[in-house]
Amino acid sequence: MIKVENVCKNFNKTHALHNVSLEVNQGDIISLIGPSGSGKSTLLRCIHGLETIDSGKIYLDGELMDRNNEKKFREQRNKMGFVFQHFNLFPNMTVLENCKLAQIEVLHKSDAEAETVALEYLDKVGLKEKRDSYPNNLSGGQKQRVAIARALCMSPDIMLFDEPTSALDPEMIKEVLDVMKDLGKQGMTMVVVTHEMGFARKVGTRVVFLDQGEIIEENTAEEFFSNPQSDRAKDFLSKVFYD
Amino acid sequence: MFVAFQEVFTLANILYLAKGALLSIGIAALSLLFGLILGTLGATGKRSKHALPRDIANVYVTIIRGTPLLLQILIIFSVIPSMYTAITGKILRIDPLLIGVLAMSINSGAYQTELIRSGVNAVDKGQWEACETLGLSNWKTLKLVILPQAFKRIVPPLISEFITLIKDSSLISCIGAVELLKGAQIIGAQYFDVMSPYMLAAIFYLVMTCVVSMIGMKVEKRLSVSD
Repeated sequence: MIKVENVCKNFNKTHALHNVSLEVNQGDIISLIGPSGSGKSTLLRCIHGLETIDSGKIYLDGELMDRNNEKKFREQRNKMGFVFQHFNLFPNMTVLENCKLAQIEVLHKSDAEAETVALEYLDKVGLKEKRDSYPNNLSGGQKQRVAIARALCMSPDIMLFDEPTSALDPEMIKEVLDVMKDLGKQGMTMVVVTHEMGFARKVGTRVVFLDQGEIIEENTAEEFFSNPQSDRAKDFLSKVFYD
Repeated sequence: MFVAFQEVFTLANILYLAKGALLSIGIAALSLLFGLILGTLGATGKRSKHALPRDIANVYVTIIRGTPLLLQILIIFSVIPSMYTAITGKILRIDPLLIGVLAMSINSGAYQTELIRSGVNAVDKGQWEACETLGLSNWKTLKLVILPQAFKRIVPPLISEFITLIKDSSLISCIGAVELLKGAQIIGAQYFDVMSPYMLAAIFYLVMTCVVSMIGMKVEKRLSVSD
């Protein structure tokens, strides 16, 4: 579904991404892991077009994503949902309004249609009864579940998650991961930047390990964790698992 | 110097000043409103990726903020009619109140440009990104998500701006508009005692500004529901 080809990205002379190639297929749940500053978030943001790339190509369903072809580019981006580390819910709108806004403004649905869809997904993430709350009255885990519902309301083919649990208190991580797990079970294609190794191992189908802007290792989740090949991956895993 | 206070302090005179006070607050309110529109345009211009709207907004703010309001009022008061005469050969008489609203709106618009711009800049960058990932256009993002949040932040300085406008509306007394200050001067001339009507006018200004600042606090409180 997504094909990343030799993508390079620099921030003021530092190589954020160097010759990165990656393929995401229908139904994949890919975990992007690696030390901080390894470029995993940058890669995810480049895939969605939140960052421009300096060279290389990104294809979506076999078609090149080209910023210059504005209309097409927008349509392509709309096939991808994005979930941020810091939720980025609209604080001036209720939970329901957050979920309805883009449906009405971008997909041109009627208010009633948008509401039906919004409530369906809010129900899915278990927050239907919070429909009239404002984001700032929700816990971190609830905010992130609303953010996931908001993205799903746009009926994307692929969901991109940028460290969705990194800003959460420990006891709220599970409720968000559970929602993502359910989503995966229903066949959603997902790319997840995460530090949750348990999630990457149990829910993820494949793991992509990055360091210093390059993909060092790519394998099935089980194989990567039980038998890492590269020294850098071994070193990284020995640091994140405390025993 | 307060010899005539008893004589000045009549119902008729107080009503006369109250009428002037109403005009003052009306002019200030209209100027705030038109200034808000100009300020929104100015702030949008300043943030534009195109050079032309940016330049226009910059020149506008620089000129208006860099010259005295009194001078701006006098220039508009004399320039518009003389330009009209130069072009059509006819004489134009404009109500000084209208000139006042025009000059003060333009003036306030420059200050509000900066105010709104700072409010927009204070909104988290993640809000723009969230809108981008949901497919909202730049304009819709600004209109539906960013500006509502920005305006909420600038309610306190906007109230200050309103109070400034109420007081500055006294400047248009110099082009013959009978607002609160001019009203006080007229009464003063009748009784050969300016001090008493000036004191009354001061009380009127004080009451108006205090009421506005109280309403401002209420509005702020109501807007904080979603905090």
